[in-house]
Amino acid sequence: MAEALLSLRGLQKRFGGLAVTDDVSLDVTPGEIHAIIGPNGAGKTTLINEISGVLPVDAGQIHFDGRDITTLPLHRRARLGLARSFQITSVIPAFTALENTALAVQAGAGSSFRFFRPASTEARLNQAAMAALDAVGLGARAMVPAGAMSHGEKRQLELAIALATEPRLLLLDEPLAGAGPEETERLIGILRSLRGRYTIVLVEHDMQAVFALADRISVLVYGRVIATGPTEMIRANPEVKRAYLGEDDLPLAEGAPC
Amino acid sequence: MRALKAELPALLLLGVLAVAPFAGFGEGYVLTLMARAMILAMAAVSLSLLVGGAGLVSMGHAAMMGFGAYAVVILDDARIVEAHVVLPVAILAAAGFALVTGAVAVRTSGVHFIMITLAFGQMAFFTATSLAGYGGDDGYTLYARNTVAGGRLLENKLAFHYVCLGALAAAWLLCRMLLASRFGRVLRAVKGNPMRAQALGFSPYPYRLTAYVIAGAIGGAAGFLFANATEFVAPAYISWQRSGELLFMVILGGVAGLHGALIGALGFVLLEEWLSHQWEHWRILFGVLLILAVLFLPNGLSGIPAQVAKGLRRG
Repeated sequence: MAEALLSLRGLQKRFGGLAVTDDVSLDVTPGEIHAIIGPNGAGKTTLINEISGVLPVDAGQIHFDGRDITTLPLHRRARLGLARSFQITSVIPAFTALENTALAVQAGAGSSFRFFRPASTEARLNQAAMAALDAVGLGARAMVPAGAMSHGEKRQLELAIALATEPRLLLLDEPLAGAGPEETERLIGILRSLRGRYTIVLVEHDMQAVFALADRISVLVYGRVIATGPTEMIRANPEVKRAYLGEDDLPLAEGAPC
Repeated sequence: MRALKAELPALLLLGVLAVAPFAGFGEGYVLTLMARAMILAMAAVSLSLLVGGAGLVSMGHAAMMGFGAYAVVILDDARIVEAHVVLPVAILAAAGFALVTGAVAVRTSGVHFIMITLAFGQMAFFTATSLAGYGGDDGYTLYARNTVAGGRLLENKLAFHYVCLGALAAAWLLCRMLLASRFGRVLRAVKGNPMRAQALGFSPYPYRLTAYVIAGAIGGAAGFLFANATEFVAPAYISWQRSGELLFMVILGGVAGLHGALIGALGFVLLEEWLSHQWEHWRILFGVLLILAVLFLPNGLSGIPAQVAKGLRRG
């Protein structure tokens, strides 16, 4: 196995008496789509927040590309190439789709302490932003304010923003959350087109999508990783089936939906 | 073309101020009033950079003007009256105060930022009242206005009108340029969604602090002009009521664009002036009008055209 791009060792996080992350150790290898699944309240979003730096951990280490980033703040981790999307759509409503994305390009294109030239006239930023918007199928909606977009479009924009930072690791927190059936189809298509080009940690409730996209899956239950491995192995794991017993939206027993 | 259209209200307003002295508004009294309005508009524009651009609602912006004004006083007392010296000192004094207080204040946001800027403003106010050598509570009357290259340019009311207009236009252009730049884009992003900006790698702190210092510097320049306009400086210039008035001008005009601050400040000063001649208890009426403006003009005075257009479309 190749050297891990992201590795978590013994992560711990408690909210009062509740262990939301309990001794989590994981390796994400370059180029893979690593899905994190688990029932509601398993601590998936908490884990993404810990990796991206929104929440501090109580114990354990996070290594990114061989470097200990456990105590780095959010914006420093972003500079190292960790991009994330949010479960609850997090765009800048007053900005157009283009400006939202151009801001992300700007983050990786030299100093932002530039005071004279209007940023909207920088062709370099705009071209890279348009490329990211085209990659998620939003090219024609570039000049629409993000606040006026449909929910599905905002999810696409969220992806474009993450791509525009030229990330080394994409943390996607439920990219399909709240999307309708057609939007879901489109978003899965976009994510599939990213496969192999990006290393992705994917938290997602939609099991169809997870089994269609993931290379490997880790199963989180009550803050603990109960299983981690290739998709087929997880599908057959009896412990995983037990953890999901009673949740009927999880077609674990069905054939591979691809 | 679209960019130009957005700037039309501000350009129009500046144009009106430019021709006003030759269009029947050339009396000394009217020129004094317009100068006062333009100087406050300049301070309001810099405050709008913070409020509208960075989401930093400062309740201590009058202190920036105060630092500029007291720089004039202290140098006047030392017989240093040349504007080429006094103006840079006024700007640096205000920027320095903004840097020191902003280093603490911009770490906070929302109500905490309002309270902490208010507290710093009051500290400046009480410091000014204790300056016994400079009149303390009673204030200080300047010997004369500052000189420009030894000349008494600022004593000429018409010349002073255009100096104020030039300063206002420069402040507006500077803030407008900043907001459109890369720097301003990050500032606006931090205002719109701080978590998103940080997830992209932008730490809000240096951007907000820089904006705070620049706004302070412009406030200092406005304070320099204000001291020269009134030839008198008192701690009342720094009081929190004055900070509140500046904030009100910004909100009255609308925070969606910088021209809102221009319109708000001019509207505020002219309305205040007019009402005070109508009725001795005019402040009651003034308060009511301001409340009505806030209630019925969500985007301020500068939002009226869009609001009317929307109303007409609805028929």
